[in-house]
Amino acid sequence: MSEKKQERVGVYVCHCGSNIAGVVDVFDVASWAEENLKHQGVVIAREYKFMCSSLGQELIEKDIKELGLTRVVVAACSPHLHEKTFRTAAKNAGLNPYLVELASIREQVSWVHTDKAVATKKSKAVVAGAVSRVIENVPLEELKVPINPNTLVVGGGIAGIQAALEIANAGFHVYLVEREPSIGGHMAQFDKTFPTLDCSACILTPRMVEAGTHPNITLMTWSEVVNVSGYVGSFNVTVKKKARFVNEELCTGCGICEEKCPKKVIDEVFEAGLGYRKAVYTPFAQAVPKYPVMDRENCTYFIKGTCKACEKFCPTGAIDFKQEDQLINIEVGNIILATGYDLFDARRVSNYGYGRLPNVFTSLEFERLSNAAGPTNGNIVMRDGKTTPKSVGIIHCVGSRDKNFNNYCSVICCMQGLKFAHLVHERTGATVYNFYIDMRTAYKAYDEFYQRVLEEGTLFVRGKVAEVTNAARNEHERGKLIIQVEDTLAGKQRRIPVDMVILSSGLQPRADSKEVGKLFGISCSTDGWFTEKHPKLDPVATMTEGIYIAGCSQGPKDIPSSVAQGAAASARVLDKILQREVALEPIKASVNQEMCSGCRICNGLCPFNAITFHEDLMVTEINPALCQGCGTCVAACPAGAISGTGFSDQQIMAQIDGLLLRNLEPVGV
Amino acid sequence: MTVNGKKPKFAMYWAASCGGCEIAVLNIHEKILDVDANFDVVFWPVAMDAKYKDVEAMEDGSILLTLFNGGIRNDENEHLAKLLRRKTKILVAFGSCACEGCIPGLANLGNVGEIVHTAFNTITTDNPHEIYPRISFDVPEGELHIPKLAPMLRPLDQVVDVDYYMPGCPPESHQIAAVVDLVIKVVKGEAELPPKGSVIGVGDSTVCDECPRARNVKTIKSFKRIQDIAPVDPDLCLLEQGIPCNGPATRSGCNARCPNVGAQCIGCYGPAEGVIDYGARLITAFASVVDAKEPEEIEQILDGIPDPTGQVYRFNLAGSLLKANREAWKVK
Repeated sequence: MSEKKQERVGVYVCHCGSNIAGVVDVFDVASWAEENLKHQGVVIAREYKFMCSSLGQELIEKDIKELGLTRVVVAACSPHLHEKTFRTAAKNAGLNPYLVELASIREQVSWVHTDKAVATKKSKAVVAGAVSRVIENVPLEELKVPINPNTLVVGGGIAGIQAALEIANAGFHVYLVEREPSIGGHMAQFDKTFPTLDCSACILTPRMVEAGTHPNITLMTWSEVVNVSGYVGSFNVTVKKKARFVNEELCTGCGICEEKCPKKVIDEVFEAGLGYRKAVYTPFAQAVPKYPVMDRENCTYFIKGTCKACEKFCPTGAIDFKQEDQLINIEVGNIILATGYDLFDARRVSNYGYGRLPNVFTSLEFERLSNAAGPTNGNIVMRDGKTTPKSVGIIHCVGSRDKNFNNYCSVICCMQGLKFAHLVHERTGATVYNFYIDMRTAYKAYDEFYQRVLEEGTLFVRGKVAEVTNAARNEHERGKLIIQVEDTLAGKQRRIPVDMVILSSGLQPRADSKEVGKLFGISCSTDGWFTEKHPKLDPVATMTEGIYIAGCSQGPKDIPSSVAQGAAASARVLDKILQREVALEPIKASVNQEMCSGCRICNGLCPFNAITFHEDLMVTEINPALCQGCGTCVAACPAGAISGTGFSDQQIMAQIDGLLLRNLEPVGV
Repeated sequence: MTVNGKKPKFAMYWAASCGGCEIAVLNIHEKILDVDANFDVVFWPVAMDAKYKDVEAMEDGSILLTLFNGGIRNDENEHLAKLLRRKTKILVAFGSCACEGCIPGLANLGNVGEIVHTAFNTITTDNPHEIYPRISFDVPEGELHIPKLAPMLRPLDQVVDVDYYMPGCPPESHQIAAVVDLVIKVVKGEAELPPKGSVIGVGDSTVCDECPRARNVKTIKSFKRIQDIAPVDPDLCLLEQGIPCNGPATRSGCNARCPNVGAQCIGCYGPAEGVIDYGARLITAFASVVDAKEPEEIEQILDGIPDPTGQVYRFNLAGSLLKANREAWKVK
């Protein structure tokens, strides 16, 4: 270090109101740094109430200009929050923004310590580490890359539809990819939506049709994303378009094939197992697109080699048994994931008897029962298909707020349970019991709906249901389902016999959410919900630039929130598109070719396909345009031939030395 | 390099080492005559008789070149290291022990008590009366002393300032011969010394660079010991065959001797130029190419490496980042 020219470092210690100053003696940290890190080049150390305020930034800018600072350390919050703020301040004062380091003395010190003396001492170490590191920083220039204006939206539920329409209406192209034969998602299965009780289909289908016919939307249903490469601005996505065995160019959606198909199959997906569909089918009448899908596993022709009734009757010759899965490559600049949720499998709560006791229903089954277009035309009947229940028990929090299953609250189940209570009451006049742990009816007009259901005469029992059983103890219970519950308000155990039980099941992440997260390079919470960039301030962005999330894939939420997130994600995408180009962080890996011996350990590791191996020279090269600076190859290179800008060995070792206060002159702490 | 008309002085010393380095020097065959012709050998316990007091009597800086092999394990080693440093112009840490601790450095995994216990009280050492060595012992002729073990074995540069490093266990004879040639040229004024702190008698890349085996993108489903694979593909990268070969992180210079004859590199030439901590580098490299997703499966595959410390730190535990102060990497 002695041959290097002495840098002039400024250290700025933020109070963050009392966030930092309440635990750390910021005055001591600043004066200590000025005194003890002088030999490293610290020429000024200041403390200030809010460094991120415009006055705080001006302070730094002024010092850069007047004191000729060549490096800046801001001891404040995590770089996550304000690194950009201070880098911009440095840039405004003519200093390369990458010569600024943040020392996190809030998240890593004041928020996690209570002992003032220890916290102050640790802050000094963190500052010393940042000073040692910043000296090793080198000026870097951001790379600008153009943004492809096309967007991929994955998932055609209400969140995905909303996002796609917003972007398409703004004049940009959207690829909307949906795994099922039709868009619409879970919302298409519902009859009524809480709290307004408007018809789900009536409000959803116009949106579906709009998305299906929009000139700026390429709808790809019965399709899945199988590969993603690239980075913000230019993603390369491979979509597998599963064979429909129906030629979409010729099909008019007349439905004759479905009518003539002799094979009936229980519809486990859309009808939740309560109804039938054909082997060639559209999942529901208003499906978008209108083209049916052939279910290869159940089609008589595919099983036995004969039948082809659909082909014979199709007036336009659209049936094509030779169709194969297609891989389609698309290029997009941004991606929105709105992949939704799975319903909690109520079979797992075996003491509630679903799957064993016929008249225990799941919430989705009830949605289909109560749906006018459903298997019973909206008649709420028991499993025998004809008997109207005289008493119904609705159990809340099934699979949610339960240590045995999911700890989280599924948000929608209370309102869903209330909606069910209202529908049962309205259509059957049955006595309705709701069993709840806590009633959660936050948000606009929700509690009013609760009041309304109370007034309708629904009986509420506060307590977690222990068991649903058909083992009668007396004549009164015979032939009924008995709900055993501790009524915590009455302070006693109760057994309540009913004809029908509805389990208000919670929401779960998609079974494959972790794999999907990996495919798109974003992370999931331990439960499996996609992780947002910031839980409050950036709820639809992810840590991977250019990938956004919306709807229930991010966490349980109701329809208005899903729609709002879809719109929010599209606003973020439009912001990116309209900027035309994006500045990529200049954090890149590069190979020192002298040191690379071509061992090829790194070759298969790059998630962005930025690594090329030159057989002729036996060396590896990294394409800086593709490299995202993730550091995987840097860590893997056994020869130490790959280094990452911004994270060089010199920087890291210097920071460790600083943290351990090894770089102090012998004056002590 | 002025020599005042006289032959410059040469010394070689062994501290905590096996003696293999001395053999390697003798193994340069007739080149050893050049050493004799160009140097005045003043101190070399394995080859000639000399007393420590003779060295102590020499003028400081009077020895031009000392090849110091072995790590610093006891107070005698330390005394000689400091003494020879004082008397020598060019002090070379010669061989893996002096450079980074080598096999004796693995004893740093235990403490002195454990080491002594293992040496004097194992299955092969019958010691019913629990007799252990003592530092001093009274005999009729007076008090006898043996050197006292230090708490840790240290590479030479953790004890004294080192001018050059020449790794290898032992250094390859052709590399020793080349270094001898260079020093003679320097003495004659025909060449310049490399910058202080350089690693000499080595290649500039890793063992892979000198290894003729074919390489592909690596994915490892299981690690195996070489004797458990039959037959070993003679032309394919050993690591790709699941044999934990240290070549990718090891400095070149040996002409990939071991992989050439079908044995994996065990890393005696030490870390390559860009490597700060050899073991950490190797274990991340191995882990990077493990072809598994589930934590249990990953663990099972890594368990295929029978002795991870011995595998990745066999030669440089004492010189590694965590087990030593970091002069070891700083000077490189």
